[in-house]
Amino acid sequence: MIQKLLHIKHNDGVVKVYKKILVAIDGSLHSYRAAAEAVKIASLDKASNVELLYIADFSKAKKEVLHAQGKAELEQVRRGRIQPAEDLMKENLIDYEVKILHGDPGPTIVDYANKEKFDLVVIGSRGLNGLQEMVLGSVSHKVVKRVNCPVLNKIITRIGELYSYSFLDHSTRDVGWSFPF
Amino acid sequence: MFEKIKTDWFFNIKGDVLAGIVVALALIPEAIAFSIIAGVDPMVGLYASFTMAVIIAFAGGRPGMISAATGAMALVMAPLIRDHGIEYLFAATILTGVIQILFGVFKIAKLMRFIPRAVMIGFVNSLAILIFMAQVPHFIGINNMTYVFVAITLLIVYVVPRFFKAIPAPLIAIVALTSVALYSNADLRTVGDLGAITQSLPTFLIPTVPFNFETLAIIFPYAIALAIVGLLESLLTASIVDDMTDTSSNKNREARGQGIANVVTGFFGGMAGCAMIGQSVINVKSGGRSRLSTLVAGVFLMFLIIVLGELVVQIPMPVLVGIMIMVSIGTFDWSSFSYLRKAPKTDALVMLVTVAIVVATHDLSKGVIAGVILSAIFFVAKISTMKVLKQEEDNQITFQVEGQLFFASVDAFVDAFDISVEKKNIVIDFTTAHVWDDSAVGAIDKVVMKYRENHNQVTIKNLNAASKKLVDQLAVFNDPKASTH
Repeated sequence: MIQKLLHIKHNDGVVKVYKKILVAIDGSLHSYRAAAEAVKIASLDKASNVELLYIADFSKAKKEVLHAQGKAELEQVRRGRIQPAEDLMKENLIDYEVKILHGDPGPTIVDYANKEKFDLVVIGSRGLNGLQEMVLGSVSHKVVKRVNCPVLNKIITRIGELYSYSFLDHSTRDVGWSFPF
Repeated sequence: MFEKIKTDWFFNIKGDVLAGIVVALALIPEAIAFSIIAGVDPMVGLYASFTMAVIIAFAGGRPGMISAATGAMALVMAPLIRDHGIEYLFAATILTGVIQILFGVFKIAKLMRFIPRAVMIGFVNSLAILIFMAQVPHFIGINNMTYVFVAITLLIVYVVPRFFKAIPAPLIAIVALTSVALYSNADLRTVGDLGAITQSLPTFLIPTVPFNFETLAIIFPYAIALAIVGLLESLLTASIVDDMTDTSSNKNREARGQGIANVVTGFFGGMAGCAMIGQSVINVKSGGRSRLSTLVAGVFLMFLIIVLGELVVQIPMPVLVGIMIMVSIGTFDWSSFSYLRKAPKTDALVMLVTVAIVVATHDLSKGVIAGVILSAIFFVAKISTMKVLKQEEDNQITFQVEGQLFFASVDAFVDAFDISVEKKNIVIDFTTAHVWDDSAVGAIDKVVMKYRENHNQVTIKNLNAASKKLVDQLAVFNDPKASTH
């Protein structure tokens, strides 16, 4: 009887490769590291491709529209946030696409990942503790809970890792020291 | 035509109806509080929100955007009501509408792009500050219970949404705290102390003001200020909704719609209104996308007033104060502090000046106009900086001209040349420059001819196409008969 319960049926055509990988990008150091992890996986097989998903957060819409002088500059600023991850894909010869969606980050990522049936979602985490998460919220938490496919979330950034890159909006995103809090 | 109705109104019925209801619930306290800021009966703000929302649903250019009675408009109209009374407000509102319709017809909405971001940020920040300042007389120095209620309201409004999002927190605060106030018989001022709530639909009335030039002289400045402030906030809000929904909108149609809505509002006993950033964001976040959401918001608001009007007079003032403080905090652009650090000093100064003038004069329109003028002056100053790089080699002096050559920069240009040299080969290179007007050509003439008088050979090169055309047309230095004067 127990043996029958333990008999797991495999689907025909078991997929051995993460073909469609979704990486959530927000321009932060954490999402850049997430993109780097995605590169590690995507470079294992030529058939893998990566989609860089940037969410234009509803809560930030007012601030971003107010600070941009026009729609074109706003799009440029957003593109600039995705640029480092894009460059990473290009340098490593990974097939990739960029997608920008507008909405509340957590639900939007989940709905999109589920609708488009991605094989893997890679999303960085700020490493907040329980109390901090309650106050500041956690997008990655919601995604891990509700998306229908595997999620790579625990991305460790070592103490003292330095990233320096400049954005199209003429402001140099300086040194990003990372600490695992 | 029916297809169009479907695409404009009914593609998202469930989302729109729910969002409209949420907006109406959140709008009641705001409309009442803004009426109090303006110094009018709460009913005026509520009627205005009803008529604005309903008319804009049909006539506006940005589906999904919410227009109603607003703080910005309330602040502008307050002195008019204080000095002349409410009938003058209705007249001014109608005139505001007419001006806005004209702005829309003459496609002035395009001029919005000339308003620098520093001025817009200053506008938003000064609006937040003024809304906060308007609350002070309602909660400072009254009694301790007032402070307690304000604090609890703020607590509810900021903490509850983390756990429970279905009903807007301001409404929960009102219902809960009004009940507490009634049961505990707390010594608090209420909405009823400041005005009466009539539970009926608005009626058409022609403002009882004398129809003469004197009235026009009184209301016209206010109408212009209201039109400008209203369109400014509405077009900013439209841009925000455009971005959130990733669609575009017809700004001129919106201007016309705002105008029509204000005309109607004035005739139905309402105060002038405009689009609201906060409520529009709530609408889109709650799933509202089409004109239906705006209509539902307006109609449901009126329904609530008719049904619940009696209870509205019991709302304690400190609760509204707390909600207004929340609105003020939400309106203020907190990233302004990093903006001040990172933006060019002239931009930062424009922003600060805009805020300073608004707060000093209590007039949003004066601040905006001052900011735009200051920004224009800085722009001309910046663009008139001329750089002339000099390179000397044997007998040849090459000058590289950099920048825009026009009336404001000709002096800097002429001063850059030492025309006392003799028998040299002078080359003036305009690759990185642009010649804009006849003063510029006159300046080039002057320099060239003075050099030639001192037996120097002068060559002008690398004028871009537009500059060359102007120089060929107007210059005299290549005319053998001319001489300097």
